[in-house]
Amino acid sequence: MADLTTSLAGITSPNPFWLASAPPTNSGYQVQRAFEAGWGGAVWKTMGDPILNVSSRFASTTFNGQRVAGFNNIELITDRSLEANLREIEETKRKFPDRAIIGSIMVEPQQEKWHEIVKKVEAAGVDGLELNFGCPHGMAERGMGSASGQVPELVEKQTSWVKEAAQTPVIVKLTPNITDITFTAQAAVQGGADAVSMINTINSLAGVDLDTWNTIPNVAGKGAHGGYCGPAVKPIALNMVSESARHPEISVPISGMGGVSSWKEAVEFMLMGASNVQVCTAAMHHGFRIVEDMIDGLNNYLDEKQIYSVNQLIGQSVPKFSDWGELDLNYRVVARINNDACINCNKCHIACEDTSHQCIDMHKDDQGNDILQVREEDCVGCNLCSIVCPVDGAIDMVEAPRQTGDEPMTWNERQSLLSLMPAK
Amino acid sequence: MSSSQPEPWVSLKDIKKNFAEANPGLKQKEAVEEANRCLYCYDAPCITACPTGIDIPTFIKGIATDNLKGSARTIMESNPVGASCSRVCPTEELCEGACVLNDASSPIMIGDLQRYATDWAIKNEQQLFQREKHTSSSVAIIGGGPAGLSAARELARFGHEVTIFEAEEKAGGLNAHGIVSFRLPKDIVEWEVQQVKQLGVRIKTGVEVGKDIDAHLIMEMFDAVILAIGMANVPKLGIKGEELNGVYDAIDFVKETKTRPLTKHLAGKRVAVIGAGNTAIDAATCSVRLGAENVKIVYRRTQKEMTAYPFEFEFAKQDGVEFQWLSSPSEITAGKDGNVNGLKVKPMKLIQSMNDKRMAPVPIEGAEDTLDVDIVIRAIGQSRHSSLIEAFSIDHDNGVITVDPETLATSKENVYAIGDSIFGKGQGEAMVVSAAEQGKQAAVSVHKALTEKNVHLA
Ligand SMILES: Cc1cc2nc3c(=O)[nH]c(=O)nc-3n(C[C@H](O)[C@H](O)[C@H](O)COP(=O)(O)OP(=O)(O)OC[C@H]3O[C@@H](n4cnc5c(N)ncnc54)[C@H](O)[C@@H]3O)c2cc1C
Ligand SMILES: Cc1cc2nc3c(=O)[nH]c(=O)nc-3n(C[C@H](O)[C@H](O)[C@H](O)COP(=O)(O)O)c2cc1C
Ligand code: SF4
Repeated sequence: MADLTTSLAGITSPNPFWLASAPPTNSGYQVQRAFEAGWGGAVWKTMGDPILNVSSRFASTTFNGQRVAGFNNIELITDRSLEANLREIEETKRKFPDRAIIGSIMVEPQQEKWHEIVKKVEAAGVDGLELNFGCPHGMAERGMGSASGQVPELVEKQTSWVKEAAQTPVIVKLTPNITDITFTAQAAVQGGADAVSMINTINSLAGVDLDTWNTIPNVAGKGAHGGYCGPAVKPIALNMVSESARHPEISVPISGMGGVSSWKEAVEFMLMGASNVQVCTAAMHHGFRIVEDMIDGLNNYLDEKQIYSVNQLIGQSVPKFSDWGELDLNYRVVARINNDACINCNKCHIACEDTSHQCIDMHKDDQGNDILQVREEDCVGCNLCSIVCPVDGAIDMVEAPRQTGDEPMTWNERQSLLSLMPAK
Repeated sequence: MSSSQPEPWVSLKDIKKNFAEANPGLKQKEAVEEANRCLYCYDAPCITACPTGIDIPTFIKGIATDNLKGSARTIMESNPVGASCSRVCPTEELCEGACVLNDASSPIMIGDLQRYATDWAIKNEQQLFQREKHTSSSVAIIGGGPAGLSAARELARFGHEVTIFEAEEKAGGLNAHGIVSFRLPKDIVEWEVQQVKQLGVRIKTGVEVGKDIDAHLIMEMFDAVILAIGMANVPKLGIKGEELNGVYDAIDFVKETKTRPLTKHLAGKRVAVIGAGNTAIDAATCSVRLGAENVKIVYRRTQKEMTAYPFEFEFAKQDGVEFQWLSSPSEITAGKDGNVNGLKVKPMKLIQSMNDKRMAPVPIEGAEDTLDVDIVIRAIGQSRHSSLIEAFSIDHDNGVITVDPETLATSKENVYAIGDSIFGKGQGEAMVVSAAEQGKQAAVSVHKALTEKNVHLA
C-alpha cells in the first residue's frame, strides 16, 4: 500500500481527495459523514454574509444517455449563519483532527471585512483558508467572486489583505472565466498566496426547454447564467492547472479540480502539477461513498507502478507540456487497422472520408471478407479514426519511420533557422 | 385436486389474457439505453440483412434523440408492415444476426427497438405518408396480406388508383388471421391496413376473386393486376381417420382464435400437432393457452430439420410444448363416441436423400406406437390456390406461380405475383418481410410499365 498522505502548503491530509467548497460541505453533519466515508479533507461551503438562494438551482447535461456529463448551478455561497458554520467546523475538527478543514470565504472587497472574517474563521480551528474569487453568478454582480477574480489587481490586493491577518495557509481559488488564468494566478502569488486552487465553475447556460422555451434551469420562467462543472470541464481545468504549473512565476502549490470523477483524473491532475484534488460533482452525483473507489484505485495504481508515495506523481508530466512551437514537425504517426479486432462498423472510413484525409479504403480480402485498410502514405496521423473506433485495439497509431532528412525540428527552430538565412 | 379432468396449467379464468401479447416490449429507458448503444455504423450490415433494407442506424438514432416520428417513418418507409415485422421477423437470422456487435458484445435489439418506434406511431395515431399525385391508371391487387398491402401502399404513393380484393372479412392476410395474437395482436395489423387505406386505396373485403368476381373481368377492368393470394389451407395427411371429430387444420384452428370469441373447448384435452414449422408451433402454443392439458408436436424428422424459427421453438418449449421427433402418423383412431382417442405413429430414421438438402425420413419396420390424444391438428404446410391461378391462365409449377425474378411479372402481360404465392421449393423463405419487399418491388415494376405505356399513348 502506497502512502497517500499529501500536503498542500503545509496543510496535510491522509489522502489527496478533498471535497470542494459546494453543497456537499454545507454543514457539519455532511462533512462528518464525508470524513467517515474516507475523504481526506473538505473545503467548507463558502462563508460570508448570508445570502438568499433561488429555486430551482441545478441542471445537468445528458449526452447520449449519460446523465451529469456536465453540471450547472446558479446557487450562491452558504445560506447559513456564520456562527452556525463556525460552531460546526469546530466540532468537526475535534472529531476528525487528522482531516483537513479549509474555510472558504468571500466578502466585499474591503480590507476590514476580510480581516474580520479571517480572524473569526481561523478561531474555529480551520487548517487553512480558501478565498473564493471564482463564483461566476450572483456574487459577481455584487462585486465579489469572479468579479474580483477576473481583475488581477483586485486578486493581488485582497490576497494581501487576507495575508495581513491570516495565521494559516491561504489558498486563492481562481475563476476559469478569464482568457489566461496564469495572469490571476501570478497576481495571487504576488499578493502572498500560499497556494492556488482551480478551477471554479465556467459560465454556462445548461439548456432551453423545447416545449416551454424556458431556460434550464429557470426560476419562475426566467433564467440567468450559471457555473459549469463535472466531467465535461476536465480538459479545460487540466489545461489551466498545467499552464499554471509550468509557469515560472507561479511558484506555489496547486489544488486541482474540475471534473475529477475517479482516481484516474486525480492521477492526471497530479501528474500535471496539482498537489491534491478537490471534488464536487462526482460526490453530488453518487454520494460520499464514491471516494472509496478513488482511494482504492489510486492505491492499486501506485502499487502497480511501484510508487511509494502519491507525492511522487506531482508534476511528472509538466516537462512534457509545452508550446505548439516546440513540437517536432518531422515526427509522424500513421493509423494501422488490426483486421482481427476490427468489427467492420466502418466508422473510421466515413470519419476519414468525410472529415479528414480520405485515406481509409473499404476492400474485400482474398476470401471475400470486408476489410478496412489505411493508405499510410496519405494518412496525416490525426487520430480521428482511432478516436471514433468503438473497439479497443482495432486501430493503432504507429510511429512511421523517419525519412532521411527528417531530423527532429520544431517550428521555433525552423523559424530561427530561416531568420539566419541571408535575405535574397 | 380430485376432479377427474386434470386442471390445465394455464389458467382459463381470463382466457383473453392468455392471448394478449406475450412480449411486453421495451420500456422507455430500456429503449433509449439500447438505442444509445448502437454504433451508428456506416454502410451498416444490418441494412443489407433486412430484406426490406430499413435504414436501421437512422431509425435507432431517432429513438436516441427523441425523434420518434422520424424513426417510425424511416421504418415504415422501407417496410409498409414494419410494425408486424418487428414482432415476427426471425431477427437473429436477419438484421440482428448481421450486427457488428455480435462478436464484440451483444447485438443491438433491433426488432424490439423497431417495435418501440412503431408502437409510438400507433399510440400517437400518426399518419406517416401522404398521397401526393393522382394518375389515371388503375391496379387490382388480389389478396390483402403483407405482400398485397405493401404493393398497394407503394402504388398509391406513385399516384395510381389501387383496389385490393380480399376474400376474408378483414385485410391483413396471415398477419391478421394466421399468426397467433400473443405474438402479433390484431390492432397492430389493423393500424397497418389503416395506413394503406388513408392513402386512398380501396379495400374490398369479403370478395373472393374467381368465385365472387371473375378473373378475366378483373384483367379487363384494370391496367395491371398483382396476385398476392398467399397459400391455401393445410393439405390432408392421407391417413385413416382424418375425417373424425377432433381433427383440425392448423390455419383454421389459429384463425378461429383470432376471429371468433375464445372458448374453453380444449380445456383439459391432450393435443397432437403434426408438423414442425411455424404453423405447427403457433397451433401448439394456441392449444396451451386454450387450456389443453398436454400438447405434443409430432414430427417425422428431428429438431435439426424443422423449419420453425429458433425463437419460435424456444417460445414453444417455454410454453411446455413437448416434442416427439422421428415419428410419422399412420392412423387417427376414435372411441365409440366417434371422437378422436388416439394417434398411431411409426418411428422413423433419417437417411441421406438424393434430391433434398435435408435428410429423408424412412420408417423403421415393425414398430408402431399409439399416443393417447383427444385432438389432432394438421400443420404440415400449406397447399396452393391452383384453380385461381389456372383461372388467370398463368404459368405455374405445382401451384407455385412462375415469375421473372427481377420484375415479378408472370407469363401473362400486366399480371404480376408476389409473396407466398411465388414461394416454392428452395426459392426464398415464406416470411412477412420478404412478402413486403416483393410488394415494393412489384409496385416499382408496375409503375414503370404503366408510365411507359402512358408515354406511348401520349
Ligand atoms: C401460423 C403461421 C405463423 C407464421 N409465422 C411467421 C413468423 O413468425 N414470421 C414470418 O416472417 N412469417 C411467418 N409466417 C409466414 C407469413 O405469415 C407469410 O409468409 C406471409 O403472410 C405471406 O404474405 P402474403 O401476403 O404473400 O400472403 P397471406 O398473408 O397469406 O395473404 C394472402 C391474402 O390473400 C387472400 N386471398 C387468397 N385468395 C384470394 C382470392 N381468391 N380472392 C381474394 N383474396 C384472396 C387471403 O385471404 C389472404 O388475406 C407464418 C405463417 C403462418 C401460417
Ligand atoms: C452547486 C454548486 C455550488 C458551488 N458553490 C461553491 C461555493 O460556494 N464556493 C466555491 O468556491 N465553489 C463553489 N462551487 C464550485 C466547486 O467548488 C468546484 O470548483 C467546481 O464544482 C468544480 O469541481 P467539480 O467538477 O468536481 O464539480 C460550487 C459548485 C456547485 C456545483
Ligand atoms: S489518422 Fe486521420 S487521416 Fe489518418 S486515417 Fe485516421 S482519420 Fe484518416
